Amino acid sequence: MKVTLFIPCFIDQCFPDVGISVVKILEKLGHAVDYPTEQTCCGQPAFNSGAWDQARATARQALKVFRDAEVVVSPSGSCGAMMKVFYPDLFKDTPEHKEACVLANKTWEFSSFLVNKLGVTDLGASFPGKATFHDGCHGLREMKVQREPRELLKHVRGLELVEMKPNDTCCGFGGTFAVKFPMISTAMGEQKCAAVAETGADYLISLDSSCLMHIQGMFDKQGKQMKSLHLAEVLAHNL
Amino acid sequence: MSTTAVNFKESATQYCHDLDHRQRIKTALTGYEVKRDENKARFTSWEEARQIAAEIKYEVISHLDQYLELFEKNLKARGAHVHWASDAKEARDIICRIAQENQVKHIIKSKSMTSEEIHLNEALEKNGFDVFESDLGEFIVQLRNEPPYHLVFPSMHLTRHQISETFTAKLGSARVTEPEQLTMIARDIMRQKFCLADMGISGVNFGVAETGMISVTENEGNARLTTALPRIHVALMGIEKMVRRMEDLAIFLPMLATAGAGQALTCYNTLFGAAKLPGEPDGPEQFHVVLLDNGRTAVLADAEQRDSLHCIRCGACLNVCPIFRNVGGHSYGTVYGGPIGSVITPNLRGLQDWKHLSFASSLCGACSQACPVKIDLAHHLLQNRRNSVKEKPPAFEGLLWHGFSFVMQKPALYRLGAKVGGLLQPLHEFVKGSALDPAKGWTETRETPQIAKQTFTQWWKENRQ
Repeated sequence: MKVTLFIPCFIDQCFPDVGISVVKILEKLGHAVDYPTEQTCCGQPAFNSGAWDQARATARQALKVFRDAEVVVSPSGSCGAMMKVFYPDLFKDTPEHKEACVLANKTWEFSSFLVNKLGVTDLGASFPGKATFHDGCHGLREMKVQREPRELLKHVRGLELVEMKPNDTCCGFGGTFAVKFPMISTAMGEQKCAAVAETGADYLISLDSSCLMHIQGMFDKQGKQMKSLHLAEVLAHNL
Repeated sequence: MSTTAVNFKESATQYCHDLDHRQRIKTALTGYEVKRDENKARFTSWEEARQIAAEIKYEVISHLDQYLELFEKNLKARGAHVHWASDAKEARDIICRIAQENQVKHIIKSKSMTSEEIHLNEALEKNGFDVFESDLGEFIVQLRNEPPYHLVFPSMHLTRHQISETFTAKLGSARVTEPEQLTMIARDIMRQKFCLADMGISGVNFGVAETGMISVTENEGNARLTTALPRIHVALMGIEKMVRRMEDLAIFLPMLATAGAGQALTCYNTLFGAAKLPGEPDGPEQFHVVLLDNGRTAVLADAEQRDSLHCIRCGACLNVCPIFRNVGGHSYGTVYGGPIGSVITPNLRGLQDWKHLSFASSLCGACSQACPVKIDLAHHLLQNRRNSVKEKPPAFEGLLWHGFSFVMQKPALYRLGAKVGGLLQPLHEFVKGSALDPAKGWTETRETPQIAKQTFTQWWKENRQ
C-alpha cells in the first residue's frame, strides 16, 4: 500500500525522529511511503482560536496536498483529529465540504492504522525499561484510539507498561490554551506530572508529541528526570 | 478584555495556586467517582441509556411549544396557576407579587439553581420577605453570603471545620465538627423555619407534559417539607426541563442520580400536580408554576446550539472537568459553572462578556463523554469561539491568524520562517523568563523544545528523495 504521511508542523521542526521512526516502521512492513513536502500545518491553532476563516485557508493547503493520497497517516491524535473529525465541520456549507469528508475518511492515526488497517500488533520491537502511557485527549475522545497503542506496546520485548492513575485526564496542553491560560494549563500539568511520576516509570510514551512537549517541558523545568517518547520512537527503537 | 474576563483570570490564578483547594475537590469527588461507576454498571447499558435519554430530549426540545402548552393545560385542569416569564425580572416580579397578594412574611426554599439564575433571594429580601434556604449545602453558602459552588453540591468547597466556623460565627452555635452534629444544628433551625413559613419555593427537575406534573429530586427531605407545609407552593422551572410522559422519568430519575451524585436513585423523588384538592387533609392551598425563558428560546432558535437545552443540570460535566476542578466553581462568576456553564453562559448572557469561558478549555472532551444526555459540550465551546471571533474579531490576535494562514499557504515561506526561527532560537535564551520574553506564558513553567538542526523534511529530502 502507498502510505502518504502527514507530519504535523511542530513534529517536522522539533521532533524529526518521530517522523523518521514512522517511515522506518512502515517501510519495514513493506509499504511505499510518500511525504509530500508541500504540506504545512493542519490549521488547528487558528481553528481552536475561533479564526475559522484563516483555519480554512490553511486547511485548503492540506486538501490540495493530500488530494491524490490513498491513505493519510499521521503520528498525532490531535492533528489527525483535526483532519478526521474537524475538517468536515470546518468546511460545512462550502464547496470543499465533500473533499474535506473524503480526506477525513482516508485519514488515520498512526497506531490505529497499524492495528486496525494493517492488522499488525507485533513489530518485533524491543525496548528495555519501565514506561507509562499518556492518552492525548483528541486521540482518545475524538479518534477513539485507546486500545491500539497498548496492544502495540504489549508486544515490545523488555518493556514494562504501568498505567498511571487516572489515565484519562488531560495534561493541560490544549494548544493556544497553554499560553492563554497558563495558570490552568500548569495546574493540570502538575497533576499529570505527579501521576506519571507516581508510576515509577522511566519513560513516558504517547501518540502526541504536543502533550509530551508540555509534560516534558514541566519535568525539565522542575529539574526532574523523565524521558518522553512518541510511540513510533519506541516501536522503531531497534530497527 | 471584559471585566468578567479579568475577574475570571484573577480568581482562576488564585485557585490554581491553592493546593488545599485542589486536594479538597479531589477528595470530595473521589467518593463520587467510585459510586458513579458502580451505579453506571447497574444499567444494562449506560451508553444505550444515554442514547435513549438524548433522543427523548431531542424530541421534546424539537417540539417544545407543544409540550409546554400540554403541560400548562394539564396543570390548569387541576387548578394550578401557571405563569410565563420571558426574563429574570418578570419571573422575580411574578413571585414577589404572589407573595405580596397573599400577605406572605416568611419564605422557605428548597434547592433551585434557576432561582439563583434570576437572583430571586435578593429580590425577595429587598421586598421585605424573610428568605431561608432549607437545602443543607445552600443553607451553608447562604450563611456565608456566597453563591453555590457547584450545581449539585453547593458547599463542596468547604471542610467541616470551615462549616463549623461559619455556624459559630453566624448562628452562635457550639464548636462542633462532626457532620452529624453540624447537621443537627441546621436541622433545629430549619424545623422552626418550616413551621413559620407561609410560602415555599422549589425548583423543578422535570416537568411531565402528559400529566401536568413536576418532579423534584432531593436527598434530604427538605423539598418535601418546603412544598407541603407552607400554604403556598411556587415552583420555578426553566422551560427546557420538559419530558414527554411519566415513563420518561424511568430513565431520567436514575440517570440524574447516577450522573449527578453517584447514586442509584436519590432518596426522595416527588411528583406534584396540584394544590390540596377537596377532601385531602394536607398540602398547600395554592400551587404556582413559573415557567422561565430568560434567553432559552434564543438558544432554541439556534440549530447548532439547540441541544445545550437538553441539559438536566446533573453536574456530571463539572465533576470530570479538569478546568472546573482547578479554577473552582466561584471563578466562573456566573450561576452555571463548569463545561455546561461555559457553553450556555455566552449564549444566555452575552457572547462578548462571557466568551472567555469558552476559551478557557483545553478541549479535552471529558465533559462530552460524561454528559448523560450526550450534549456535545466540547464542540459547542469551539462554535462559541468561532461565533465570538466572527462577531468581533480580536485586533492583535486577528492579525496573528492572518499572518499564520498567509505563511502556511506558502510551503517555501513556511520552511524559510522555520529556518529563521531555528537560527534565532539561541537568542531566546537571553530573554527567557523575563518581561521581554514573547513566550513568557509558556516558559514560566515549562522548558521550550528546540528546533531541530535537521528537520524531518530535510531528512526526507536527503534520504528518501
